[in-house]
Amino acid sequence: MFKPAALAYTYDGSFEGLLCCVFESYQWKETPLAIHSDGEEQGLLLESKWIATDSSRAGRVLKSLPLRICPEAEELVRLGFWSCTPDKELLLLNFLYLGFTHGRKVMNMLADDTVNTLHKAVQQLRREAHLYLGFVRFSVYGPVMAAVIEPKGFVLPVIQDHFCDRFYGESFMIYDKTHRMALIHQPGQQAIIPLEEWIPPEPDAAEEEYRRLWKGFYNAIGIRERRNDRLRSSLMPKRYWKHLTEMKGSTTAVSGGKPTGSSKMLEEGAPRLGDGEVFNSQ
Amino acid sequence: MDMMEKLEILTASAKYDVACTSSGSDRKNQAGGLGNAVSMGICHSFAADGRCISLLKVLMTNGCIYDCAYCVNRKSNQTRRAALSPEELADLTMQFYRRNYIEGLFLSSGIMRSPDYTTEQMIAALELLRNTYHFRGYIHVKAIPGADDVLLSRLGLLADRMSVNIELPSQQSLGLLAPDKSKNSILKPMSLIKEKINENRSDLVKYNHAPRFAPAGQSTQMIVGATPDTDFRILTLTEGLYRKYGLKRVFFSAYTPVVEHSLLPALDTKPPLLREHRLYQADWLLRFYGFQAGELLDEAAPNFNPLLDPKCSWAVNHREQFPVEINRAAYEQLLRVPGIGVRSAQRIVKARRAGALDFTALKKLGVVLKRAQFFITCKGRMLEGLKVSEHTLLRSLMSGQELAAIEPPQYEQLTLFSDSDLAALPAAGAAAHKGGDWP
Ligand code: SF4
Repeated sequence: MFKPAALAYTYDGSFEGLLCCVFESYQWKETPLAIHSDGEEQGLLLESKWIATDSSRAGRVLKSLPLRICPEAEELVRLGFWSCTPDKELLLLNFLYLGFTHGRKVMNMLADDTVNTLHKAVQQLRREAHLYLGFVRFSVYGPVMAAVIEPKGFVLPVIQDHFCDRFYGESFMIYDKTHRMALIHQPGQQAIIPLEEWIPPEPDAAEEEYRRLWKGFYNAIGIRERRNDRLRSSLMPKRYWKHLTEMKGSTTAVSGGKPTGSSKMLEEGAPRLGDGEVFNSQ
Repeated sequence: MDMMEKLEILTASAKYDVACTSSGSDRKNQAGGLGNAVSMGICHSFAADGRCISLLKVLMTNGCIYDCAYCVNRKSNQTRRAALSPEELADLTMQFYRRNYIEGLFLSSGIMRSPDYTTEQMIAALELLRNTYHFRGYIHVKAIPGADDVLLSRLGLLADRMSVNIELPSQQSLGLLAPDKSKNSILKPMSLIKEKINENRSDLVKYNHAPRFAPAGQSTQMIVGATPDTDFRILTLTEGLYRKYGLKRVFFSAYTPVVEHSLLPALDTKPPLLREHRLYQADWLLRFYGFQAGELLDEAAPNFNPLLDPKCSWAVNHREQFPVEINRAAYEQLLRVPGIGVRSAQRIVKARRAGALDFTALKKLGVVLKRAQFFITCKGRMLEGLKVSEHTLLRSLMSGQELAAIEPPQYEQLTLFSDSDLAALPAAGAAAHKGGDWP
């Protein structure tokens, strides 16, 4: 960490851009009080310095991560960048200060506030991405399929490989409405591209029918005597319901009170042991 | 009958099978195929009862020539019957899978004509999926007790996981309530599957491309609360099954009364969800925490305490083993501390390499101290200001919060327990009748 400088950095919001902020900080041996992405609401009081994105500078910072910290650090930083934690830029800058000072050891410094916050942010992103492996709902429009999601973190790059492998022979799109980005896949080709808006077309008769059958299945599989709305909404938080076929138009009122359970994934049969944690699987 | 009606009937009669996991198989897609399998398992939705929905869980038919007393599908029950053809089943699976509603199929069936005929129908459906549609997602299939070995072997080559349900935890119970089944007819396919899996493993070493037999292993299910069998009996049986048959999972299903029967709980009996939950907790302790059934329960105290989870119960009875020092205790010792789970223990072991940990550091690691604080020291010290009276200890160990999510009504009752109830802890629940002699 360098001397705090009474200014903010502003960058273009890209990962490369952030790496350039890191470069800048090291070049001038200064630590900005804030880092804003372009277009984001900014504090008016701070003088702001525009950091241009320069791939060769970004490349130099990126290369130093596996060399001077460790290969896993690069992944952690990327994931941290996709997370939705507030002030993630400053957090990542602080993490890199520590990393460049302590090297590989930084990965185990879980009791440090910066390292800890970053780990938590990444965990949250991973958890959300994992949920989306299950919660994405495609509609089939003739030869193509499309889905809409509204995640908090930028999960598309995390779930990309999974869906591209699973639907290897299909043409599909997953539209992230929050970040206005789309994962587009055709056999042999895939990309994540910006997409301002996308409105799903009307479903055809076959699509309607399978949606209806799925809802029928969903309603039949629950055991009435075991009904537990609270548990359900702690495992499948309501913010996801909007894009879940089986929950759309659901009139099921959820009995009052906030869920007290943890919102972690719970595969069937995984019990809470009161150990403050729940297991994903075996 | 239209598709919707069939699906509703066949789902409603499959819903008491609790297993819905899609874990244990890792398989990439390949050219011309649809789907893959992910070993950690994926939940696609959660039903109104909070259970994970991962697989399209249906019966091929709910018609059955047997008459198991606890089962909705039994011959003598007046209920609507339906059946899906292999084609209908395969189409539905593919259509649901493409839309990412499911990880795959969980196929079970009532017994039509004979166990062999039923198994042949199931094979037809799975062959259609695997060979015609090139479906590479997850398939869990129920082995029908009494079916021919050759048929069961073919079934296993098409599925990721196979299961044979033990159903009732003792031979007496089985004899009384499932007259058409015997201990032997259930255990025989179980050992066949185990053998086939082992055989397959050595084949795979020899030939890389040997077809895989149930790569996600086998599981079973037991009904809890339909019979007087104790938790000790159930847990010992569970442990035995893991050892003897190499099972991946044993599932417990709280019995939901579906029929009036003199040997079964009355129709208005609530499913014993708390008991089921305790058994799952204990099962987890066996599989991931290095506990043995005999450490958790015994003949004198054969049932779990409703107020304390099995690990807390154990800890309260083994106070001589505590406190443990966070910075020195072995991983296995850390795992036995109430409130410290696998993830926390791993984090502690990792983080203490970077420097000695104190209580603040533990909190940052995400270790929940509410329970753990009574059982640990950091750098030789207990948590400052901690009052360890019997009363505070037990209050903190009671699992109200966790249970609230599992079973809301039970939670309300828990808060009503008075101090005299607390004083009676941790003597475990009342002894029940003895069970029979399973494996
Ligand atoms: S054999 Fe299976 S489906 Fe048939 S009555 Fe018994 S438990 Fe039910």
